Amino acid sequence: MDSYDVPESTPSASSRPEDYFVGATPLQKRLESIRKQTSFIPTPPRRKVPQCSQLQEDVDPQKVAFLLHKQWTLYSLTPLYKFSYSNLKEYSRLLNAFIVAEKQKGLAVEVGEDFNIKVIFSTLLGMKGTQRDPEAFLVQILSKSQLPSENREGKVLWTGWFCCIFGDSLLETVSEDFTCLPLFLANGAESNTAIIGTWFQKTFDCYFSPLTINAFNLSWMAAMWTACKVDHYVATTEFLWSVPCSPQSLDISYAIHPEDAKALWDSIHKTPGEVTQEEVDLFMDCLYSHFHRHFKIHLSATRLVRVSTSVASAHTDGKIKDSVS
Amino acid sequence: MRGVESASLNSGGGIRSSEACAGTGRVSGPVKTSQNKDKTLEKHLKTVENVAWKNGLASEEIDVLLNIALSGKFGNAVNTRILKCMIPATVISQDSVVKAVSWLCVDKCSGSTKVLFYRWLVAMFDFIDRKEQINLLYGFFFASLQDDALCPYVCHLLYLLTKKENVKPFRVRKLLDLQAKMGMQPHLQALLSLYKFFAPALISVSLPVRKKIYFKNSENLWKMALLAVKQRNQGPSPEPLKLMLGPANVRPLKRKWNSLSIIPVLNSSSYTKECRKKEMSLSDCLNRSGSFPLEQLKSFPQLLQNIHCLELPSQMGSVLNNSLLLHYINCVRDEPVLLRFYYWLSQTLQEECIWYKVNNYEHGKEFTNFLDTIIRAECFLQEGFYSCEAFLYKSLPLWDGLCCRSQFLQLVSWIPFSSFSEVKPLLFDHLAQLFFTSTIYFKCSVLQSLKELLQNWLLWLSMDIHMKPVTNSPLETTLGGSMNSVSKLIHYVGWLSTTAMRLESNSTFLLHFILDFYEKVCDIYINYNLPLVVLFPPGIFYSALLSLDTSILNQLCFIMHRYRKNLTAAKKNELVQKTKSEFNFSSKTYQEFNHYLTSMVGCLWTSKPFGKGIYIDPEILEKTGVTEYKNSLNVIHHPSFLSYAVSFLLQESPEERTVNVSSIQGKKWSWYLDYLFSQGLQGLKLFIRSSVHHSSVPRAEGINYNNQY
Repeated sequence: MDSYDVPESTPSASSRPEDYFVGATPLQKRLESIRKQTSFIPTPPRRKVPQCSQLQEDVDPQKVAFLLHKQWTLYSLTPLYKFSYSNLKEYSRLLNAFIVAEKQKGLAVEVGEDFNIKVIFSTLLGMKGTQRDPEAFLVQILSKSQLPSENREGKVLWTGWFCCIFGDSLLETVSEDFTCLPLFLANGAESNTAIIGTWFQKTFDCYFSPLTINAFNLSWMAAMWTACKVDHYVATTEFLWSVPCSPQSLDISYAIHPEDAKALWDSIHKTPGEVTQEEVDLFMDCLYSHFHRHFKIHLSATRLVRVSTSVASAHTDGKIKDSVS
Repeated sequence: MRGVESASLNSGGGIRSSEACAGTGRVSGPVKTSQNKDKTLEKHLKTVENVAWKNGLASEEIDVLLNIALSGKFGNAVNTRILKCMIPATVISQDSVVKAVSWLCVDKCSGSTKVLFYRWLVAMFDFIDRKEQINLLYGFFFASLQDDALCPYVCHLLYLLTKKENVKPFRVRKLLDLQAKMGMQPHLQALLSLYKFFAPALISVSLPVRKKIYFKNSENLWKMALLAVKQRNQGPSPEPLKLMLGPANVRPLKRKWNSLSIIPVLNSSSYTKECRKKEMSLSDCLNRSGSFPLEQLKSFPQLLQNIHCLELPSQMGSVLNNSLLLHYINCVRDEPVLLRFYYWLSQTLQEECIWYKVNNYEHGKEFTNFLDTIIRAECFLQEGFYSCEAFLYKSLPLWDGLCCRSQFLQLVSWIPFSSFSEVKPLLFDHLAQLFFTSTIYFKCSVLQSLKELLQNWLLWLSMDIHMKPVTNSPLETTLGGSMNSVSKLIHYVGWLSTTAMRLESNSTFLLHFILDFYEKVCDIYINYNLPLVVLFPPGIFYSALLSLDTSILNQLCFIMHRYRKNLTAAKKNELVQKTKSEFNFSSKTYQEFNHYLTSMVGCLWTSKPFGKGIYIDPEILEKTGVTEYKNSLNVIHHPSFLSYAVSFLLQESPEERTVNVSSIQGKKWSWYLDYLFSQGLQGLKLFIRSSVHHSSVPRAEGINYNNQY
């Protein structure tokens, strides 16, 4: 095949591609950054483990505790238009009304009845990677206590939170009318998520889509969570592979003692504070070859769908759970 | 400059090095008056900085600049600036570093320059081509640890440089002394722990294991530049595709969330109304009472009357189904409106795209319809959406070339005008892979959509030129730059076509699509009033000229005729304008055209086929044993015309048993031509009328280009 070669073109005028986007609008900047992301390596070959983030400084431990030990379904979210942190009270009221209206659909209207739920918007201070990241916020749906004692908090029916952690590359291209909180995590009945998501989509012209975690990122998580030092291990390190075959797909589960996993990782990991792609690949390859030696199955030909460790677990369909406190 | 600039079209590196050399060459030269000197120096420094940050410097350039920065010729400020922009294009030569270090020995530069040099050395360590010589200087670097200001950076350098054989007892002692003197410094600890790793026996002190980061990397001045260099050196290494595919069973949300269609329903923003009520001042209130609800918008005049007070939809995506609002989106310069639409469309495309997910083809129909709606909107607006462009970049590498083919290729033809070289690696390289490995029908569809892309770009550019003063023009670029981009697109298609012709063994069907493309190309100067003429590659021209298909030859004649018109018009304008504009076509274009023309006239008209144009050694021709080769490609004997000649003769004398086509001569020749023209060969007619002199000696009428330069 011929090598592609542009001959000398007729009008000779100098212009480098860089000259094309001078004084670009946010939209063009966005496109340009997409071009860069697409042409550059999608995942960095190495990642620094942040030693301390904002998180540790001014976080409310009670709220963080509340976020732990729950299974979260992940969604990615486009920037919120005209969202304002000063209106949280107002949003609580509006969302409350919206949920009530949705739930009453098809029911005879009950005048004066309040449906017994309470919506609370609140900020999650410190839930961010850098100073530039916008503040995270939490939405809770509580069932109002039927008992007359007013000050008793009701049961939490649904929780969701919006956050942006190390969102530098995204923030660059977002203009001031928008609030960029690209990650949304929900815990609770999916019907509630749907109603609340719909309200957000209508109110802030944003768009939710399920965030899946591909096998590539799952193996990163496996490696990094294995590396975490835990005082006492509460669960085994477990991997789940899926073999696509019909009519029913076949799952292969592979459980390892967490200390063994840690020992394997320690033998691979070199530079403290930094994890490289090669290390992650090597970690997984070791697991593969071990498995192959015993069962003669090439796991590398299947798809990694779940990783669970003592620290946290993640499923490819976008469900994660934090287990450490 | 002209020569340099056009060279850059090939390599992309031409300008850079020559500019930089010009800059550095003069920086070190003697200059007379001091004010002048400052100005010149400033100018050259600026040039060097620009070039360095944009493309990086060649290793020889870095060598020269390091010498300047460390020799103490200039003050601290200049040295700092030079060091800060020492960004390699690819690598740094080891010798440059060794030379630079030798400057440190003579102590010509200040402490801060030294610090900066060491920081630079650490940052650029990975880009130094070899390190043996540098390692020989280990002792020198080690001695520099004495200097308190340099110590942290020298430590870092040594950390990178240390090999097992460098670890010596006297060095360990020295380090421990330093540690005793300066306390537990993280950089010293790092070096000590490395020593301990190499020679555990030598160091008995206990060092903390797995300490946090030893060296402050955050203040790395060259972070961004380094990223760019890395990209340049290794090129993109994409993740394996398998891993990028998501799980099979995730359904797009709308199906879960019970919306009926992908595109949201049109609703004016109910919430904002309610929420603003409280904070609104009186004037706002008055304004708002004048706002026009979307639900009432039914006609174009209504839109015009209320365009200033239109209530926008709560979800911008809903405009896709509403042509009136599409008009609005098209003319509005309000960035948030466009961004809202952009975010929505990008995310929806991403989520709905069926080939992102394994085995998720059941919703194919819905996705196809969605794409159709988008394409309708783009055609309606005569403008592509940025979201679609971004979607193409992401999805093309995963596309199988089958799924939603027609829609996908139409999206390609609506890519907004942009720099071709920037889009090429993202899109056109992937498209080429699919192109070469797919069927002839796919190839034709791709050529078709590239023709439309070219047309859209040309329309956009020709509009843009006439409305030049528009401030918010999406691309602030020079006309030259735009023409360059278009010409690269044309060359790309030329390359695709030439190779495709070989792969498909000169298929006539394919050639039709290729010539369709060139029918657009040949008329750029006249039809779009843009200063660009690009000829077709020889592989296309000769395939068409020797084709067995009359319509191909006819199309070729037409294209040659239009090229002629365009080139003549361009030449006329040049003569009128007198001034040498930057868009005068080079004599090469005219030469190339005349060469093609000579070949064509030689074959079709003068029956001297292999003299000028296509040259074939007479000896080889003799070997073929064909005696009458000279006239075998003229309008009578050319394989694609022969049947015409026979039917012409039969028409003349129907009862004739044998026909002798060579009898078409003199008067009969012109009758024959008229007969050909009457058979619908208009291209041939135009070509012969314009390019052949009707005199006793027929000859090709080329365009004279000699008075050009």
